[in-house]
Amino acid sequence: MTTSKLTAGDRIVHVLARLGFRRNEWRVRPGLYRLGDAGPDSPVLASANYKLSFDALRSALEGVSAYILVLDTRGINVWCAAGRGTFGTDELVSRIAKTGLSGVVEHRTVIAPQLCATGVAAHEVRERSGFRVKFGPVRAEDIGEFLAEGKATPGMRLVNFDLLDRVVLIPVDAKVALPFVAGASALAYVAGDPIASAGIAAASAVGLAGFPVLLPWLPGDEFSVKGFALGGVVGIGAAVAALARDDGSSLPVRALSAASYAVGLPAVTAFQALNFTGSSTYTSPSGVRREIDTYVKPMAAMAAAGLLMNVASRVARARKG
Amino acid sequence: MARPRINTLSYDPSLCSDCGMCATVCPHGVFENGDRKVHLVRQEECMECGACSLNCAAGAIKVDSDVGCATAMMVSALLGRGQASCGCA
Repeated sequence: MTTSKLTAGDRIVHVLARLGFRRNEWRVRPGLYRLGDAGPDSPVLASANYKLSFDALRSALEGVSAYILVLDTRGINVWCAAGRGTFGTDELVSRIAKTGLSGVVEHRTVIAPQLCATGVAAHEVRERSGFRVKFGPVRAEDIGEFLAEGKATPGMRLVNFDLLDRVVLIPVDAKVALPFVAGASALAYVAGDPIASAGIAAASAVGLAGFPVLLPWLPGDEFSVKGFALGGVVGIGAAVAALARDDGSSLPVRALSAASYAVGLPAVTAFQALNFTGSSTYTSPSGVRREIDTYVKPMAAMAAAGLLMNVASRVARARKG
Repeated sequence: MARPRINTLSYDPSLCSDCGMCATVCPHGVFENGDRKVHLVRQEECMECGACSLNCAAGAIKVDSDVGCATAMMVSALLGRGQASCGCA
């Protein structure tokens, strides 16, 4: 049994999962769950055993009597699990058998989320289990309309990756990057370069948070190019700050510092932008491989050049006393 | 948006049985239902997820599918692994 009501506890777990805390441990026990007054004629909907997936589905089914067939996807969401085959033909066929589904319902249809289709071959499931797989909408929120109409509208079939979709992904990536960013920023500060310290923090902040927000509006096609553009703003800002700062050194020395920021900081943002390809819903492996081949070396070279120029400017300052 | 200019998706209409499954499963509207065969209408939108070819019982669609994730690819390259794998699955 389950319900379509989410408790305060459920919502707290959702927030924690989104923030990346024990991200892979929010699991639901695989099996068949009865919702409302589900009977032999009620629809069967397949879901992943990731709590966010399961809760999205059951809360969208308010007032509906249905069975939810929870697969063992090792606590991973539908699309990612399907991409790796854990939300796949084998697991669906075996879960149908293990739960004795054919004795619970009289029909022979399982409604599966559309995004599991990278792992579930509908024709194979039918051959091996007798159950027809009907692919439901991409988003659980559309499931009510889908059940009522018996089919998906074209819009239900498309992945949008709109602003909210992108924003909710920020904390997970930020949590992974935080130790590196904080470490590098602190190191620069301790070394007596507050502009570099602030610049590293700002370049990372725009890469991790600004980039997902601004993605559709940034110039260029490739994520790296968009990242260079965004990081370039930070780099130029830091360079201007370095030129304007009267620290007693000569203009050429300050120009060298400025150049180190203008060259080094965009690479930081661009690298984080490139890594956002894994969060996006439309980048292809062919395209990403091409980006890595084209831009990772320039990024490394820019970061190294920035660091070298920065050290050189510091040496020049120290010599002049 | 950052769309690849090329990808590995290929479609052989002569094998198509017009079941329409590819048009159903594609999250980017790459295929459209036609009268007797589906049409490949937006090749450039393909993200190589592989849902269409997996669900093409007629074997009319081929695509080298994998995850389009730079982190996974760079990590697997550094560790010398064959298949890209991220922390996500």
